[in-house]
Amino acid sequence: MVGLWKIFAVFFKMGLFTFGGGYAMLPILKSEVAEKYKWVSEEELLNYYSIGQCTPGMIAVNAASFIGYKLRKISGLVAATMGVIAPSIIIILLVALILRQYMDNQYVQWAFGGIRISVVALIINTVADMWQKGVKRVRDYIVFAVALILLFWCNLSAIVIVLLAAGSAFIPDLMGKKQ
Amino acid sequence: MIYVLLCWEFFKIGLFAVGGGLVTVPFLFDLAEAYGWFSTAELTDMIAVSQSTPGPMGINMATYAGFKVAGIAGALSTTLSEVLPSMIVIYFVSKILNKWSDNSNVQKVLSAIRPAVMALILFAGWDIAKITIIDYKTFGVLIFLTLAMRFYKKSAIFYIVISAGIGLLLKI
Repeated sequence: MVGLWKIFAVFFKMGLFTFGGGYAMLPILKSEVAEKYKWVSEEELLNYYSIGQCTPGMIAVNAASFIGYKLRKISGLVAATMGVIAPSIIIILLVALILRQYMDNQYVQWAFGGIRISVVALIINTVADMWQKGVKRVRDYIVFAVALILLFWCNLSAIVIVLLAAGSAFIPDLMGKKQ
Repeated sequence: MIYVLLCWEFFKIGLFAVGGGLVTVPFLFDLAEAYGWFSTAELTDMIAVSQSTPGPMGINMATYAGFKVAGIAGALSTTLSEVLPSMIVIYFVSKILNKWSDNSNVQKVLSAIRPAVMALILFAGWDIAKITIIDYKTFGVLIFLTLAMRFYKKSAIFYIVISAGIGLLLKI
């Protein structure tokens, strides 16, 4: 059984290295929780993101709660959530209390410029990895393409996209399975 | 009691902001207007700081807003009450999921959603790319990092640290 402090520490570390919103955290979750510790599979991670998208709150917190619950029920859920929010609390308080002027520092800005690029690259790689493992059927390609079109051109919200995709599960498989 | 009010308001944000960090921004603007806790300029600054500090953005903003209103105790009140709805809802969803995860319809729905979530993630990446990949230099670094990650498997954190160094070196 995984220790509660271990859960807290791993999520603390991930919170510390997440820059941006919850989606930016997925590559880190994949590399730490799925690949390094093998606490969940990549498939489960994507399930958590699918559901976490439609339930209240931050996706990062929802994903943490899911993983924590899977490991140690309610105490794991609390440990993971507290772990993922603790760095935010500490760092924002430090910034607000004493470090505000450093945020505008040129060197800090340059470092963040680099980090933002790596977040984009990490997202591309994460999707590519998950694509190789999880997208096999013709209908998956169609759902993916339709979702992209709806996002780029119709500006539909994420919840609507997820619900539409869920509905597509009940469309009979006309084209059969690829492979 | 200011703390009770903060807890209540941020509990509501946690409950009604479905879909993540940026969704909380309009709620914060409403709070600024309703209570005068912070000005629009302060709020804009909070968003900028929250985007460029570690941690999920929504949590950062909750902490910052709570601190502005009522100091450290305020920050703890807002942050903890914003995540409470998530924890409660995910607790129940996990219980249900455990019970039903072998059901073939649940499996069907979850596997149908997966490609859509990949599209959502890619779209989130595109949103960051729009403001980040602005010239040949940043584009070149993106290509370099993407290929490096592909062929030289290291943890995500490793690449985040490396890219901070690249940013400093190339003055991105």
